[in-house]
Amino acid sequence: MTTATPDAAKSKQLSGLRGRFAAARPAAGFVAAALVLFAVAPLALSDFRLGLLAKYLCTAMVAVGICLAWGRGGLLTLGQGVFFGLGGYAMAMHLKIADAGPGNLPDFMQLYGTATELPWWWRPFANPAFALAATVLLPMAVAAVLGSFVFRRRVKGAYFAILSQALAAAFAIWLIGQQATTGGTNGLTDIQGFFGYDLDDPVNQRMVYFVIAAVLLLLIALARQLIHSRYGELLVAVRDSEERVRFLGYNPANVKLVAYVVAAGMAGLAGALFVPAVGIISPALIGIVPSIELVIGAAVGGRASLVGAVLGAIGVAWAKTALSEEFPAAWTYFQGLLFIVALAFLPGGLASLVGIVRRRRPNRALAGDVA
Amino acid sequence: MTVILGQMFTGVSIGAVLLLIALGLSLTFGQMNVINMAHGEFIMAGAYTTYVLQKSIAGAGISLIVALPVAFLVSGALGALLEWLLIRRLYLRPLDTLLVTWGVSLMLQQLARDIFGAPNVQTRAPDLLTGNITVIGGDDPLTFANSRLFILGLAIAAVVALSLTLRLTPLGRRIRAVVQNRDLAEVSGISTGPVDRTAFFIGSGLAGVAGVALTLVGPIGPTMGTNVIIDAFLVIVVGGIGQLKGSVIVAFVLGVLQSVLEYSTTVSVAKVLVLVAIVAFLQWRPQGLYTLRTRSLV
Repeated sequence: MTTATPDAAKSKQLSGLRGRFAAARPAAGFVAAALVLFAVAPLALSDFRLGLLAKYLCTAMVAVGICLAWGRGGLLTLGQGVFFGLGGYAMAMHLKIADAGPGNLPDFMQLYGTATELPWWWRPFANPAFALAATVLLPMAVAAVLGSFVFRRRVKGAYFAILSQALAAAFAIWLIGQQATTGGTNGLTDIQGFFGYDLDDPVNQRMVYFVIAAVLLLLIALARQLIHSRYGELLVAVRDSEERVRFLGYNPANVKLVAYVVAAGMAGLAGALFVPAVGIISPALIGIVPSIELVIGAAVGGRASLVGAVLGAIGVAWAKTALSEEFPAAWTYFQGLLFIVALAFLPGGLASLVGIVRRRRPNRALAGDVA
Repeated sequence: MTVILGQMFTGVSIGAVLLLIALGLSLTFGQMNVINMAHGEFIMAGAYTTYVLQKSIAGAGISLIVALPVAFLVSGALGALLEWLLIRRLYLRPLDTLLVTWGVSLMLQQLARDIFGAPNVQTRAPDLLTGNITVIGGDDPLTFANSRLFILGLAIAAVVALSLTLRLTPLGRRIRAVVQNRDLAEVSGISTGPVDRTAFFIGSGLAGVAGVALTLVGPIGPTMGTNVIIDAFLVIVVGGIGQLKGSVIVAFVLGVLQSVLEYSTTVSVAKVLVLVAIVAFLQWRPQGLYTLRTRSLV
């Protein structure tokens, strides 16, 4: 970062057309992304493919949070699946209650025949406002509690990564164990309605896609604001030298906590929107393996670059569908190889290639801020 | 009373399995500061080695005895190869080793699936290890499973062998020197590359031995490594990185805790409670049970 600062200053001083062009670039990129998501994709893709894209965009929302927490803050969180799951389950619980209709139990509870009424912790989710708020606030609250414990005692690096991973494992195991109230291994399946709209109707599926695309753009804008704020600078400073930030009078624990909590909220929102798009949430989507897979996309694209992380997440999720349909076994080899190559030989991900190419050209030393 | 004793023994035997799994990690993660997620797959390699040997050697007892050194060599070779191919490029980026080796572990799992098939396989335990020892007879007997006692013995033997190797042999001294101060070790004439590779060979080899032990208590399958690796990492984190005695104590404490909680709640709730206990413990000792005190600010 220290090397990038003079460059950033230089880019601000650039006058004339090129300077204005550089300043307008992020906005132009944003408009282009919106055009692709709202105009090109719905026209070019079949309903089925658009549904898949909606799924990938949810992964990309998680990647925005990962870019913030890991790429910017150095917090390798291998437990984003937990927050994704909390959001997803909160949403799915409400939709299951709504599907069942007033007074009835969700279908899977009737199946086991043991429950005669909704468990107490299900009941608040009957309220749509509570459920919607919970999809974001619940993951944020869990992250806040865990984060404040962990960061205040300066548990970091590998310790934090392993703890977050253990959290994902424990959460998935717990969900599987509570068969009668969480659906166990199956999870919450066969969700039919979304706040009064029938999810089987392709028109409504398109609506869900548009909501997801809009939320993703919103989250990207929010993350960009955060990254380019004073807080964003502080976050990078904590990543690069926590002790120096402490000596300057800031509390690094709070800085890290904010990034972790915001990332958790984004993952929760992604999980909540994933449910109407796919119609299911289950432990298989949120345990250790899917939690790490969420990180893969961001890593391959470029952990520190928003555009890189988002495109990486979408690209890797797409490659997974495309390749695992054709060659189920080969995909795993490819996935492993992707991880090895991206991290061992290209730590900045594909996004750093842009910077590398640009640096090769003299006089245009606008080095990317990928560390 | 016998219920409590029986539960304690179950806890100790869970601890012994944990310890065996964590032992190799305490060398590669604790000493070398490399987070090797493929360690679980090295355990798997040890288990499949036992399976293959049993297919080709008639007696279950002999094949188990043969499997111990062979699994050590197979997994150790895999570890040394991994170190040479990838990890030596990553010594300064420990978090990236985690993700890179996760990629390796994905590939090894798929390789196992392609070679041995996706369903789990099983080995036959030797007759000597299938029975129980009755410790307290009578109406309310207390029995210990022979296989569990064997694993306990194996874990103790492995700990003793590893700590003696690190303390007394020239190789152990070189490993500790490299761990404590790589630059100083290098200018003192130790070539760090081979030392790193040997340490990795031993740590991964111990994973293979753990894999042999696991065949006595459960099925062998492509995902068996993923299931145990997190627990093993937690043992190291709570015990203190690079502290063998910390790992030993914590493995048994966590084993007993897990077993007691499982008895009073359910398996899944026990897992969650153990994690909560670990986070609470780290509040008290953020660097684990035993810490190497340094003046470093990092």
